[in-house]
Amino acid sequence: MTSIYGPVTDWATDFDHAEPDYNANAHEVWKELRGTCPVAHTDRYEGAWLPVTHEHVSQIAYDTEHFTSRSVVVTTYRPLAEAPIGNAPPISSDPPFHHDARRILLPAFAPKAIEPMEKDVRALCRSLLFDMVETAAANGGIVDAAVQYSQHIPVSVISLMLGFPAEDAELFRGFVHDIVEGVNVGLDQRFAAFHRLGEYIERQVLEHIENPRNDLTTYLLNAKIGDEPLTVGHVRGSIVLLLIAGIDTTWSAIGSSLLHLATHPDDRSRLVAEPELMPTAIEELLRVYAPVTMARLVKEDVEIGGCPMKVDDWVLLPFPAANVDPAAFERADEVLIDREENRHLAFGLGIHRCLGSNLARLEVRVAVEEFLAAFPDFELADPEGVTWSVGQIRGPRTLPVRINA
Amino acid sequence: MKVLLDLERCQGHNRCYALAPEIFDVDDYGMAVLLHDGLVPEGLHAKAALAIANCPEFAIAFADPNEPTDPTGAVEGR
Repeated sequence: MTSIYGPVTDWATDFDHAEPDYNANAHEVWKELRGTCPVAHTDRYEGAWLPVTHEHVSQIAYDTEHFTSRSVVVTTYRPLAEAPIGNAPPISSDPPFHHDARRILLPAFAPKAIEPMEKDVRALCRSLLFDMVETAAANGGIVDAAVQYSQHIPVSVISLMLGFPAEDAELFRGFVHDIVEGVNVGLDQRFAAFHRLGEYIERQVLEHIENPRNDLTTYLLNAKIGDEPLTVGHVRGSIVLLLIAGIDTTWSAIGSSLLHLATHPDDRSRLVAEPELMPTAIEELLRVYAPVTMARLVKEDVEIGGCPMKVDDWVLLPFPAANVDPAAFERADEVLIDREENRHLAFGLGIHRCLGSNLARLEVRVAVEEFLAAFPDFELADPEGVTWSVGQIRGPRTLPVRINA
Repeated sequence: MKVLLDLERCQGHNRCYALAPEIFDVDDYGMAVLLHDGLVPEGLHAKAALAIANCPEFAIAFADPNEPTDPTGAVEGR
């Protein structure tokens, strides 16, 4: 996939979230912008803004009057369809429709619905780790914590929840790559990717109509708003959302957490010694390595931080940048795994709070717990071997670590 | 001592339920619910304060104006 834009010359006036340098150096880029140009701009993507302060990111997240969620991924394609439903409800929906579309899905992702999944997630992690013990033994102690571990966990969980074939995992990662990473490509490539995803979803929906069962796809096919069944487009859109949104996001959070522990032996050994600290530590890792940047389109002209945002401009919402803003957090740059007061925005703010946050937290915590239980001592094998995702979801895609016996 | 919950602000992050399940429950949609009408059981003041300090939406506050966290101050950050 080739970018139609090319390398970035200046982050304040020509930023590109899909250039590899962005995610690889995100903390440095945000820090520089915060001090010099807290609302950056680019002419790429037909015009986009990048606010990096906690104040501006929160303000925009709460403002559904001037900003629409019609599209939440900044790409070369700017969808023209009007909200309120959008292409992937409820993430693409605006009030008041958003409320109804979200209420349909909330129960499946509420804490008490998610808690019973812990044992399955744990078993999945253990089985991946079991194989990695063998790989490590055959490979001088080296394993890839992203490729062999992190990337598999959310894919397996969501395919189970949707009732999609587990063997299609590679296909799902391909869809995620096309939709979330392939953003600065020509429109023909973009449309071809949508088409492949649409065809796949269509097959799964038809198969579920033939063979209804106890999963989220069948649930959506039977769901109603008031007395009305959901439109076919709504059902497909919500399935697209569920399939895409939980995969690379959670995979990134697990990978970044393991990267931190591979490079911070004090934190790693403390977590091994004090496992009760884990939930607090996970929140701190989510704060500093929050994987998700959302986006909005400007619905009505508005000024943010002195910048004139015009109708149909893109606006990125880098929750990870807000999370490391010293105006909002003490010692914001530092990872303090025992930080008790942590009002971070990793899962967003306002009406679009990440629907899957309870599931994501469960997966990240259990994945880190089990990794440490299997490999209490590990380190980064090759810093040059760490590669990053591109686009709005940030996390390591390769993560070679050496397991110390 | 009592805590107040603003359901207009609550978005179901569930930090309160995770940190202080003796004080907060959640409903079928994952939205916070006050147990004991918001009365904080004896000895759990610190847990209530922790839940308040971790709510991303500033949806919870102490009701008692004599407490160190003022409910009006607690929502200023929004």
